[in-house]
Amino acid sequence: MSEKKEDVRFGRFGTVSFTKTMRVNDFIDHLEKGKVMFTHCKTCGANFFPPRADCSGCLSSDMDWREVSGTGKLVSYSQLQYAPVGFEADVPYSIAMLDYGDFQIFGRFGNDLDPAEVKIGMPMATVANTLSNGQLNFVFNKA
Amino acid sequence: MGKVAIIGVGQSRFVRNYPGSIRELAFEGFKEAITDAGITPQDIDASILCSAPEYDKQRSPSAVVAEYLGLNPQPTFYVESLCSSSSTGLRMAYAMVASGVHDVVAVIGLQKMSEISSAESQERMGRGADIQWESPFGTMMPAYYAMHAQAHMDKYGTTLEDLAMVRVKASTYGQINERAVFRKPVTQDMFTDPKNMMSGPVSSPLRVGDCCANADGTSCLIVASEERARSFCRKPVWILGVGAASASVNLTGRDTLYGLRAAEQAAKQAYAMAGLGPRDIDVAEVHDCFTIAELLAYEALGFVGPGGAKELIRSKETYKEGIIPVNVDGGLLSKGHPIGATGGSQVRTIVLQLRGEAGDIQVRDPQIGLVHNIGGVGIYGNVTILGNE
Repeated sequence: MSEKKEDVRFGRFGTVSFTKTMRVNDFIDHLEKGKVMFTHCKTCGANFFPPRADCSGCLSSDMDWREVSGTGKLVSYSQLQYAPVGFEADVPYSIAMLDYGDFQIFGRFGNDLDPAEVKIGMPMATVANTLSNGQLNFVFNKA
Repeated sequence: MGKVAIIGVGQSRFVRNYPGSIRELAFEGFKEAITDAGITPQDIDASILCSAPEYDKQRSPSAVVAEYLGLNPQPTFYVESLCSSSSTGLRMAYAMVASGVHDVVAVIGLQKMSEISSAESQERMGRGADIQWESPFGTMMPAYYAMHAQAHMDKYGTTLEDLAMVRVKASTYGQINERAVFRKPVTQDMFTDPKNMMSGPVSSPLRVGDCCANADGTSCLIVASEERARSFCRKPVWILGVGAASASVNLTGRDTLYGLRAAEQAAKQAYAMAGLGPRDIDVAEVHDCFTIAELLAYEALGFVGPGGAKELIRSKETYKEGIIPVNVDGGLLSKGHPIGATGGSQVRTIVLQLRGEAGDIQVRDPQIGLVHNIGGVGIYGNVTILGNE
């Protein structure tokens, strides 16, 4: 008798992941290959980031993966000097959001970015990243 | 639908490390509200407990609280919408009473946050956001509000000094509020003195002084039908308008970070229901979990136009003597923010103001008051308008 193995790939997302099993777990495989992907609804054409398995517009679950490309505009950011449990070793780090027009992406600045040179509205690119503890995420770098 | 009144209000002192359990904490606000209303637990038809989960071990806390307060066998319900839980509870009570399902409902807000460390608490609060796509980046409430502050400063020219002014105002009243957890004076200079705790960085641009403190506390509101209100109460305060809205949890679903849409929508609903506008409000309580949040509230509630908040705080028009007094009980910044108790505490302040029983912080002859209570980072917005006869 064979048991189906539980798909826990999303447990690899971020410094600390709070959930393991999602129907969009393929996001992690793409991330491992260096690609940040969004989902595209094949029925109504809506694009989603964060990726969704189900379209909230037309209720279809027929989705395609597409790669985030180009740059987004920096909407806002904040540098944390105090961290929640599990993130102490990362301080200081900056969370931020980029606007890609069709969707927005919430994430972090790359570690090499000096917050002093950051301006709201400036173009930034989203890139896949491997953290020092082996976990995966994505970061925003100055374009 | 019938008219609905608040006939009794109560609140414990907000403290660090309450020396008792959540049911004992609940008793403190409940007893005060019952006494204030001049009723007994047997007069209450139903209770609603409002808190945010995971700060203490008790599951389904409404049951143990109802038992301890002598509210069996009446039905009891548990409501949560993070930091706006007890104003959500008030909305539920309003609906129950207005529809005739119940005549007298107790809305009990509470939170005992001190069973866990501050960092653990930040982690739990951070999980009041999107745990799949945001929390793995190390988010926490101050950081989300900091992103709103950064956006507001960039868009409208709001400054760090403006943020500090909100805290200075809060401390003006916090010093004279015996129920507040933070009662020391705060001055602008503290924010620029690197040796002062207030200037310590938390999440840019927010500093320690821009953030409210965790606390343990409880609040209680007794909500009644018009008939019961008139038979029990010498000075019922009427619920004139209730507005509630939600917004996407993940910030990526928001069209702006320099305002909170859920608050704007809730305000519109409450004003429309009451047939009133921002100029009619004589005194307000707004959700100042962070200094920037109070400025966002001025704009969401229409006290000023978009970007006008900085002028309002600079001109001191939200002080007790100003055009629109806001948070003259010290706000969350001074009182502390026991999540589930906060909305009820705000309502209590407005009820006492409208009755003319607010003591040292009494605003001159207010007839209409407003409460703005936000859950999470603008996920839930509740606006309630209260008035005298």
